[in-house]
Amino acid sequence: MSELNIAMVEKYRNSFLHEVEANVEEGDWVKMCMQCGVCSGSCPLGSHWEHSPQKLFMMIRAGKREEVLSSDSMWMCTSCYNCVVRCPREVPITHIMHGLASYAKRLGLVPKGQQTAKFAQHFWDNLVKKGRVNELKLGLNLYFMNGFAEGVKTSLKMKDIGLGMLKTKRMSPMEIFGGHKVKDLDGFQAMVKKAQEIETARIEKNMNA
Amino acid sequence: MATKEYSFYPGCSSQKGASSSNYLISVNSMCEELDIKLNHIPDWNCCSASIGYASGGELPRMALSARNIALSEEHNPGQEIVATCAACWLATRETSERLSENSDLMAETNEALAMAGLKLKNETPIKHMVEVLIEDFGYDAIGAKVKKPLEGIKIAGYVGCQTNRPFGIEGESFENPKYLDKLVETLGAEPIDNYDKKVQCCGGALAFSEPEKSQAMIKDIIEAAYDGGAEMIVTPCPVCQMNVEVYQDQINAKYGTKFNMPVTYYSTLMSVAYGRSAKDSALDGQIIRATRLEEIAAK
Repeated sequence: MSELNIAMVEKYRNSFLHEVEANVEEGDWVKMCMQCGVCSGSCPLGSHWEHSPQKLFMMIRAGKREEVLSSDSMWMCTSCYNCVVRCPREVPITHIMHGLASYAKRLGLVPKGQQTAKFAQHFWDNLVKKGRVNELKLGLNLYFMNGFAEGVKTSLKMKDIGLGMLKTKRMSPMEIFGGHKVKDLDGFQAMVKKAQEIETARIEKNMNA
Repeated sequence: MATKEYSFYPGCSSQKGASSSNYLISVNSMCEELDIKLNHIPDWNCCSASIGYASGGELPRMALSARNIALSEEHNPGQEIVATCAACWLATRETSERLSENSDLMAETNEALAMAGLKLKNETPIKHMVEVLIEDFGYDAIGAKVKKPLEGIKIAGYVGCQTNRPFGIEGESFENPKYLDKLVETLGAEPIDNYDKKVQCCGGALAFSEPEKSQAMIKDIIEAAYDGGAEMIVTPCPVCQMNVEVYQDQINAKYGTKFNMPVTYYSTLMSVAYGRSAKDSALDGQIIRATRLEEIAAK
């Protein structure tokens, strides 16, 4: 267990809802869920979720902290916003799913090998490095994110798609040598670092309050 | 002077050698014909799309879009921001709305922006190119520029998710938006009736991390287009375009289907209908060739 996780357990003992309200993006909306289940029926990957959003909201109120934060479920969100536009209470469900995923990651509770979590980390690292996404490097990282042998297998499987993208100039081998980037990279990276520091400080303040 | 002028946020995938570089080429041709001037936001950055949240959290993600809006306000003052990518539009508009509702978050965002020497006023409307076409121009103005009607082509209007939800296009429903069908009609082609998968999710970014689950959805999107008699699919979103076009061989291998369905952008159709060449319409950017459009462009 990460130190932050242990501290949060101590701080919010018996009230996981309060913990979510204070620390999860749009978490103060969770109590507005009226358990109608429209979100669950609207989710394109609904059949693959262990716990639907509706269930996650009830589990949060029931204090099932460990089960919620170590769940695979919110990592299935494709950001399609179907649930958001259909929710009769206008709960920003997509953002709460994102927030739960991000908070679980901060606490070190993401299930091992979670593919979307791995992809998301590669994507973020990729964009922060140059300020813009380098699709070629991102693609290669993705193919090899589960080790070398798996990477070779994936690369072979994706070979024809890659060739198609190259032929239509929708992929460029030149991107491997640096590629597109923002000019004020120093300012950009300082801004991102500052935003991360403020957000972390806010959560640590909640922990100690 | 151009009829209309906008501050343009092209986004990562539109860059040279990136996955929707063909989208930008056709958008440029389309805008030339409509006399739209796009002033690029100088030194714009990635919006973190709909996958950056996990490692980026809330504030760093907001800062990314805030930097773009602040740059736009500084360099292209008074101009509305226009994005062609659904995720760029969504992230930017979402940030703008969230920050206008939350003064604490706004103050924190400006604290971060100060590190890059910027300040956000957050007074700029943020539009998708489709909104520009439909709201600022309208179907009549779009139709008036048609030189080569796309006669006889049956097209499935695949709207997808993020140009449709949560913001959508004014006056359209989330469940059955009709603007793409109307646009197809305006260009002289024939929209297929009752395309039931028009707002089905393609998996988005999860096409990379959950390929099997996503491809099962993509299969349904293409199958429904064939069922309606479509010869091609048109979409306003770069992620939809890529996901629905490039995995067809893998889907065929897995499901025994024989899909070979071209997937184009609305701007591809418009460029061809406006009489531009195959190259200007970026038809060479189709992995699955849009032969019907090539024939019209060659005429």
